[in-house]
Amino acid sequence: MRLEDLISSLVDAEELELDNVEIDVDELILELKQSPPMFIPRAKKVLKEKERIKFEHPIKEYKGSIAEVQIGATRSEGGTREKVVKIGGQTTLYQYEGGHKNRPVVSYDVFDLEMPSFAKALREVWQDYWSSPAEWAKEAVKRGADMITIHLISTDPKIKDTSPREAAKTVEEVLQAVKVPLVIGGSGNPEKDPLVFEKAAEVAEGEMCLIASANLDLDYKRVVEAANKYGHNVLSWTSMDINDQKTLNKLLLECGLPKERMVMDPTTGALGYGIEYTFTLIERMKDSALKGDEDLQNPISCGVTNAWAAREAWMNEPRWGPREYRGPLWETITALTVLSAGADVMMMLHPTAVNIVKNVISSKSGEVDSPEFKYEDWLKI
Amino acid sequence: MAKVSPMEIYRLLPGTNCKECGEVSCMAFASALIERKRTIEDCHPLLDEKYRDKRKKLEAILTPPVKEIVIGSGSKAVKIGGEEVMYRHELTYFNPTALFFDVHDEMSSDEISERITRIDHFIITRIGQDLRLNGVAIRSRSGDPTKFGEVVLSVMERTDLPLAICALDPELLEIALEIAVDRRPLIYAATRDNWEKVGKLALDHKCPLVASSPGDMQGLLDLSQDLLDMGLSELVLDIGSYPLGDRYGQMLENLAALRRMAIERNLNLVGFPLIGVPMVAWQIEKDDVKASMMEATLAATQMLRYCDILILHSLETWSILPILTLRQNIYTDPRVPIQVDPGVYTIGNPDEESPVLMTTNFALTYYTVAADLEASKVDCHLIVVDTEGLAVEPAMAGGKLTASLVKDVIVSSKVKDLVKHRKIIIPGMAARISGEIEEATGWEVMVGPLDSSRIGGYLDQNWTVS
Repeated sequence: MRLEDLISSLVDAEELELDNVEIDVDELILELKQSPPMFIPRAKKVLKEKERIKFEHPIKEYKGSIAEVQIGATRSEGGTREKVVKIGGQTTLYQYEGGHKNRPVVSYDVFDLEMPSFAKALREVWQDYWSSPAEWAKEAVKRGADMITIHLISTDPKIKDTSPREAAKTVEEVLQAVKVPLVIGGSGNPEKDPLVFEKAAEVAEGEMCLIASANLDLDYKRVVEAANKYGHNVLSWTSMDINDQKTLNKLLLECGLPKERMVMDPTTGALGYGIEYTFTLIERMKDSALKGDEDLQNPISCGVTNAWAAREAWMNEPRWGPREYRGPLWETITALTVLSAGADVMMMLHPTAVNIVKNVISSKSGEVDSPEFKYEDWLKI
Repeated sequence: MAKVSPMEIYRLLPGTNCKECGEVSCMAFASALIERKRTIEDCHPLLDEKYRDKRKKLEAILTPPVKEIVIGSGSKAVKIGGEEVMYRHELTYFNPTALFFDVHDEMSSDEISERITRIDHFIITRIGQDLRLNGVAIRSRSGDPTKFGEVVLSVMERTDLPLAICALDPELLEIALEIAVDRRPLIYAATRDNWEKVGKLALDHKCPLVASSPGDMQGLLDLSQDLLDMGLSELVLDIGSYPLGDRYGQMLENLAALRRMAIERNLNLVGFPLIGVPMVAWQIEKDDVKASMMEATLAATQMLRYCDILILHSLETWSILPILTLRQNIYTDPRVPIQVDPGVYTIGNPDEESPVLMTTNFALTYYTVAADLEASKVDCHLIVVDTEGLAVEPAMAGGKLTASLVKDVIVSSKVKDLVKHRKIIIPGMAARISGEIEEATGWEVMVGPLDSSRIGGYLDQNWTVS
């Protein structure tokens, strides 16, 4: 605004208030025609408080929510577990939005066979226990397992062709050995798995296990029937395809599986070998579910152990540094990636990785105080 | 910007369909702009004065909600931010998280040399891409301006990588900036206590500046506003880094909230790249292995929660490798499957009696098969068919894996000169076209296992040359 304009606009003014103005002139003459009374207020010395944008957490409204699934049943619930696990139940995407009541959990993998093909870092931890799945499971609980997954891989006709009855015995032994909930895994043989699950479900009646898994390649109807008859949950497993996942979920629900008895597994690619697909699939699934897609409103389980398929995890390659650190870190970061995307269960193998992941989970849920330190002191390390 | 429709963009274009930009129409150009495959400069008619207003509007619409900031100068300058979406599936992430590694002014000259050489020359090749480290963070440990100036100078003599100048005392920053201003370093950091002086330094030297407000979101908003009001426009935001405990959880939530406020709420105050300092792990953990492990863990979660630049300490390959791998994975454009070049590849030390195997050019498929073959110590020739970046199963379903494509690669790769036999092992999932391949190529087709992990066993049982 030009000075002349300013002055002319003041011609009819009754009162002039100068607020926070600096006038830098040699001589200033103010001729005000209307007089008296004349009243020149003192310039206010205090700056007006700046208009500040107030921080508020950006919260969203969500139409849908994730089913809460309980794995394991206590005595009063018809099982014998001392601890049960509840997963899912989210009503918001982020924890700060207030809709996360359950923490993600870690399930240790236990096999019904000796595993000489394990990476060295895993052999060193587990080979003393692998002659007995029950002992293996006990050790895993000592090392922080929220759950145990017993993989009945010896039932594969091409491996040992263990009978369903024998496999069920192993399940019974593990159930007696530990008091945490159980995931019952098959061998992946589509003909044999339903038979194995039927027997295993029967001996574990009432324990509310998670049967892993029903998929599009096998007689999923039989798996659901066994789960329903003996009171278990079912894992709906597909191979990195969101549409397959929706289809299978729908089919399992149509077979009569209650929604709060279903967990999903979209397949976990190892870090470096497809983890971006898994990461984005989980984010999409959670996003769709919360937006209201009823075919995807279930908690998600991830086979983080697949990390060990990556050569960077196990190969003796001096250029990459010691593999005893590399392997556990590979599994850790694979786990943290799916966790960040929204996984509810992580199936894992190495105790170092499990410890870090469990620390992260309890940190995220605010259960552990941060150590005393001043952030900006990193400049002085 | 992800929510802009091509139609909204189209309305602001000349609409002449001149094709000068290389697209077939203005509508196609509009889509290409949204996908960031083209820039406004590609539309020459738009430079005309009469389109000035439209051009300005376009620029405003196409500016990403997270501002893109350049650190450094010359060919190694690194771009951070410039992001448009919260989730990869909404579009893609654009600028990979920049990884800076620290040196300080009390390190010996040898130590600095050693670290700079390592940072500068570090390279890992994965899936045909060279993965590198991006910059050097120089911090003042002594608090002595002379020492700080010296170390900045000595780093600059040794590398042309981008720099971050790290101190909270404006006097120290000023010395460093006088020396390094032409390198366009990132200044770390303006805080509630020093922002007026440090903000002025950034303004005078035209360098990007970190606004730091550890653990305090309101403080960060206010600081950002004060710096913007000063006339600064290139900020990087720091909400603090915490390796463990409740503050770690809050940090992750805050990072997500900041990015959501920028992208979904269009809050300009926070429309800037985010910085994390995983090396805080070394404040808590004194053991090298444990500290490196903790640092890598923090780096991974910060990268997954939108951090655009990280400052790290450990230069151990075992702790950097997973971070580089994660970055490569997460910043892969989900719209384009990564591919390898079709042709014949050598696995192990094959000779003219070694088997010939076939797979597709989807990078993940190729590298998985190659890894499986190496793991089972197989020496062979691996033929890669151009399936337009699809894995075997979808390529079969979509008609992208055909006998004639197999023939094409057998001919063009001249694999027949490499072996005496004429046998090719195809993936179990491609069994359906085995007859057609035999007919098209004249080679004997053997159907391999469904999963490449079983190739070793399969070959033991089935492979003989005669």
